[in-house]
Amino acid sequence: MSTDIKTATLEQRTQAPDGIKLPIYMDNHATTPMDPRVLEAMLPYFMEKFGNAASRNHPFGWTAEEAVEQAREQIAKLIGATAKEIIFTSGATESDNLAIKGVAEMYREKGNHIITAVTEHKAVLDTCKRLEKNGYRVTYLPVQKDGLVDLEDLKRAIDDKTILVTIMAANNEIGVLQPWREIGKICRERGVLFHTDGVQAVGKVPIDVNKDNIDLMSITAHKIYGPKGVGALYVRRKNPRVQISAIIDGGGHERGMRSGTLNVPGIVGLGKACALAKEEMAQEGAHLAALRDRLRDRIMGRLDEVYINGSMEHRLPGNLNISFAYVEGESLLMGINDVAVSSGSACTSATLEPSYVLKALGTGDDLAHSSIRFGIGRFNTEAEVDYVADRVCETVERLRELSPLYEMAKEGINLKDVKWAGE
Amino acid sequence: MAYSDKVLDHYSNPRNVGSMDKNSQEVGTGLVGAPECGDVMKLQIKVNPQTQVIEDAKFKTFGCGSAIASSSLATEWVKGKTVEEALQIKNTEIVKELSLPPVKIHCSVLAEDAIRAAIHDWKKKNGSANANAPVPAGSQASH
Repeated sequence: MSTDIKTATLEQRTQAPDGIKLPIYMDNHATTPMDPRVLEAMLPYFMEKFGNAASRNHPFGWTAEEAVEQAREQIAKLIGATAKEIIFTSGATESDNLAIKGVAEMYREKGNHIITAVTEHKAVLDTCKRLEKNGYRVTYLPVQKDGLVDLEDLKRAIDDKTILVTIMAANNEIGVLQPWREIGKICRERGVLFHTDGVQAVGKVPIDVNKDNIDLMSITAHKIYGPKGVGALYVRRKNPRVQISAIIDGGGHERGMRSGTLNVPGIVGLGKACALAKEEMAQEGAHLAALRDRLRDRIMGRLDEVYINGSMEHRLPGNLNISFAYVEGESLLMGINDVAVSSGSACTSATLEPSYVLKALGTGDDLAHSSIRFGIGRFNTEAEVDYVADRVCETVERLRELSPLYEMAKEGINLKDVKWAGE
Repeated sequence: MAYSDKVLDHYSNPRNVGSMDKNSQEVGTGLVGAPECGDVMKLQIKVNPQTQVIEDAKFKTFGCGSAIASSSLATEWVKGKTVEEALQIKNTEIVKELSLPPVKIHCSVLAEDAIRAAIHDWKKKNGSANANAPVPAGSQASH
């Protein structure tokens, strides 16, 4: 069975260069397709090796436990941790909640101040907002135009009540990499714990929890070609030993930090995904960066008034986030409906607000509405990149012909000077 | 989000795209919405001074597919109508025709505003008694 699945996926991949298979998936920050090798590793743990890893008295349990411990080892190796420092969760949202709420409760006597950044994922921001209602104080650091936090701002924000700094490694929209090693160093010097949401960065760029002074880190499987519904939290055990309060109580699994029967097949998948990432990261990163630059050059070589959001220098290899002036993002997505990408346009969000991440960079609302996020992944090809670039360019050109803003700009009208009826 | 076939059709084959001379006495221009809000519609009408019939209509829209479809449909509907008839077009009829979901109703409101703004502009140019009637600022309902 596993062989069939593998073959089918490989066949699809080999068709790509000439006859591209549509639709093309280029939204790898949302989720990644499963790597067939990951699925293959998981399959025995659904039927044949179905045991509960907490069953201590029979071989079914032992087999499951062995698989879980191997996965723990694989994850730890990828980030320079030890196996005992890995706590399994249902995914990154839970990991973020556990890290932040767990530290907040455990260190309440030491202080009540938490520092984060405005461009964090909602799993972090909304967790912080809830803590604010419960008497904690949260500082939301701004970011600079390139999306990076200013380390001087961070230093100034830390006070004697600060217990935790939580700043993501890589941003999910603009792919910008925060200077986590420097952040970790500052936190260590000031005796403050450092949590990082490593969801987009782990497995894509090298992270070492010891060299980088990271005390807690959230990880998820489905962004690194593993299954959905499983993640992990790295919790440092020495120098310093980090303690967290549980937010899910029960049978005392995961050394009391996260009760609940372990999702053994999922955990095996997460472990395998990490092992593959460790082996292939360097090569894959270079490949993705080359594809990303190809996409950027092909688009920017043909279209004018196209703006890259966030730093190109400090960025995930597979990420490109661009605003196409005078074109609204959702209408652009509609025009490239055989390509799966995302937009920061309000029309594509549940809140009808344009991307708060782009707004934080100082990108005007008009350009936030015009943004597209490309997430290139392991299975994308050069032919797909060329196809996507051409489809985007054609559609932008067509929509600009339809755009009153483009017409006005070409007439030399400064759109900022216009008194808009809807403002 | 799933789009209705009619929205897809107007998006793929928008009717009456273009611009007319905004300085012409016979042309009324409505420009509604704002770039910051993600929707701007420009709708123009060309009116026969004798019959008050809208003989031609053009639009350009910055906005989502539903906004493009709403304004494209609006140009189709106003053509051949008198100015007074065109003023009777309601956004709810656009919603119905295009099967717009609730979250896209503001697109139809903006299209209705665009029609009214274009007619208002034409009336002002042609010294009509109703020219000073306020243009409903319905576009604000979208925020």
